[in-house]
Amino acid sequence: MKTLLTNARLIDPEAGTETTGSLLIEDGIITAVGSEADPHGADKQIDCQGKCLAPGIIDIGVKIGEPGERHKESYRTAGLAAAAGGVTTMVTRPDTTPAMDTPEALSFANRRASEVAPVNVLQMAALTKGRDGREMVEMGFMKDAGAVGFTDCDHVIRDPKVFSRALTYARSLNALVMAHPQEPDLSKGAAVTSGKFASLRGLPGVSPMAERMGLERDLALVEMSKARYHADCLSTSAALPALKRAKEAGLDVTAGTSIHHLTLNEFDVDDYRTFFKLKPPLRSEDDRKAMIAAVASGLIDTLSSFHTPQDEESKRLPYEEAASGAVGLETLLPAAMRLYHSGDLTLPQLWRAMSLAPARRLGLAAGRLTAGAPADLVLFDPDAPFVMDRFRLRSKSKNTPYDGARMQGKVLMSFVAGQPVFQKD
Amino acid sequence: MTIRAKHLLGIENLAPDEITTILDLADQYVDLNRRQVKHSDALAGLTQINMFFENSTRTQASFEIAGKRLGADVMNMAMQASSIKKGETLIDTALTLNAMHPDILVVRHPHSGAVNLLASKVNCAVLNAGDGKHEHPTQALLDALTIRRKKGRLHRLSVAICGDIAHSRVARSNILLLGKMENRVRLVGPPTLMPSEVKELGVEVYDDMREGLKDVDVVMMLRLQRERMDGGFIPSEREYYHRYGLDAEKLSYAKDDAIVMHPGPMNRGVEIDGTIADDINRSVIQEQVEMGVAVRMAAMDLLARNLKTGSEDEQAVYA
Repeated sequence: MKTLLTNARLIDPEAGTETTGSLLIEDGIITAVGSEADPHGADKQIDCQGKCLAPGIIDIGVKIGEPGERHKESYRTAGLAAAAGGVTTMVTRPDTTPAMDTPEALSFANRRASEVAPVNVLQMAALTKGRDGREMVEMGFMKDAGAVGFTDCDHVIRDPKVFSRALTYARSLNALVMAHPQEPDLSKGAAVTSGKFASLRGLPGVSPMAERMGLERDLALVEMSKARYHADCLSTSAALPALKRAKEAGLDVTAGTSIHHLTLNEFDVDDYRTFFKLKPPLRSEDDRKAMIAAVASGLIDTLSSFHTPQDEESKRLPYEEAASGAVGLETLLPAAMRLYHSGDLTLPQLWRAMSLAPARRLGLAAGRLTAGAPADLVLFDPDAPFVMDRFRLRSKSKNTPYDGARMQGKVLMSFVAGQPVFQKD
Repeated sequence: MTIRAKHLLGIENLAPDEITTILDLADQYVDLNRRQVKHSDALAGLTQINMFFENSTRTQASFEIAGKRLGADVMNMAMQASSIKKGETLIDTALTLNAMHPDILVVRHPHSGAVNLLASKVNCAVLNAGDGKHEHPTQALLDALTIRRKKGRLHRLSVAICGDIAHSRVARSNILLLGKMENRVRLVGPPTLMPSEVKELGVEVYDDMREGLKDVDVVMMLRLQRERMDGGFIPSEREYYHRYGLDAEKLSYAKDDAIVMHPGPMNRGVEIDGTIADDINRSVIQEQVEMGVAVRMAAMDLLARNLKTGSEDEQAVYA
């Protein structure tokens, strides 16, 4: 089965280029790109009409409500949302109920995901049992069962001894450890970032310094253990110098950020709008700009949505009591287009952060627009305008901060292993 | 005499002319309240519900008297004891009450922003009687009325707000109101009780009380909550009194005719010396309580006027 995509604006994050041309898919694999793509013998031709064709997004840190909170999101609904959002690989979080901390649970979830989700699903496992920071999980078994990384998500392991042992053990398996850099006592009870907005609204705030302190501690332990480490979501400029130093010192360290922290700031919370309550909380405009610059330079490696479905009940509460998090699988691409249209980031830069860098970090062949890579692709129109209506999202939960926002960027088609998994009607 | 606001959720959403309107009407109600027969029919036939999710004696009494003097049917609900304990959410409670067609809801809640949330779900006028660490607009308005009557004006004054600013909704509302009316606001207190980057709100910040009080027209003291005194925010009650308690010596740095205010209830010997609080030449603490009733009457009266004019639109919507 050969499919030829013609007349496409090819976004190649590896070469950092945008070119017009064709792309040939054979048996789920990209076999030729550009002028090398031979139209003869293709079973099917798709005219891309000059729209953008890029590697599918690899979204690290997707929360799925299975097990425990299926009323908020299931593998099926998340998978449909992902396909519609150009996300061809979801890397799930283990902060389920109960936590994903046994190889049996992981295998079960993997089977379930492959049955119902139209896109690739890779699982991350908890780093400690029950994510309570005391005993490490069976990392070897879980890695064999398919865990691509180990993380306790937003539960910071308070005890440095426990964390350093987990890092050291992970090193022996060459496993990736992902952490949420935060000084847990300094940020206790915080709902927003401290500063003018917090003072005005009378909400408990956390200093941006808590993120830096968390990162500096983690990096010291990484230096000691030589483990592979990924900071899940950095959001403040105060944390960046430590990251830079660690990278320059040759530690095996990468870091991510979220699309919300690149496109929104603390003042967007406005009149206690709980859909803007995130973890880490939204930051200052200066921090937002610093994070964009860090993505542009490559200091921040990955960009994700941190898709966190929450039902109406958990959000319709006074701000301090409301749950954190926002859905993002379907809004990641149009929100990223804001950064493209504002001239902050180019399309190849965005796809380096959303696709190539996550693939490299997880050791995947995807994320590239070159012969031999799997044909996980997204075809999109970066200019198509629309007004975001949260009730049209495919996710079970509708908690998006972009509700009612004017956006640009529509996904036209998504392909997983050469097969269309979404087509805009 | 009207204001544009539908609810009174905070000083933040009030324009200077609306503040002046409320204070002007409150002046009239001060006169009414000093008569023997203290009654008006401004709220006759309207239902006022006081929902206090947090304990309050003074504010609740003030709102109750204000409503009764205007002829409203006033009901008090002690929310701490009721449905909240049974697990009902704030919004369900609001919708339940809304179905009983109240005209005015007076709400106090321990969480910042909770009153805004509630106001978005009901179709009567909502008055914020204090939400978390956010705002307490009627307190700021009664403070403003007291200052205006004592000083003859509410602009170009130098006002020092002293004490636990970080946890005080009274301070936030006062900073906003005094700023909107073009006064100089100073905040005086230990840095551990100061909100972060508060300078951006257009105030001057002092951690030395004598410096902070120098030549001010108004000294506004804040209550220090007991739970903050145990070493977490300040080392001890006696050290706090020594450094930040208002006594005659520290007050001597202010202008000779400076007035002393306190939103109550006072901790004598913690944030304020008893003799200062009782000095009728300096302390206006009792006047503040009196102004409180008048300001709340004015605020409810003005919001009720919007209720009546808005009702035709509402009927159109439900037709």
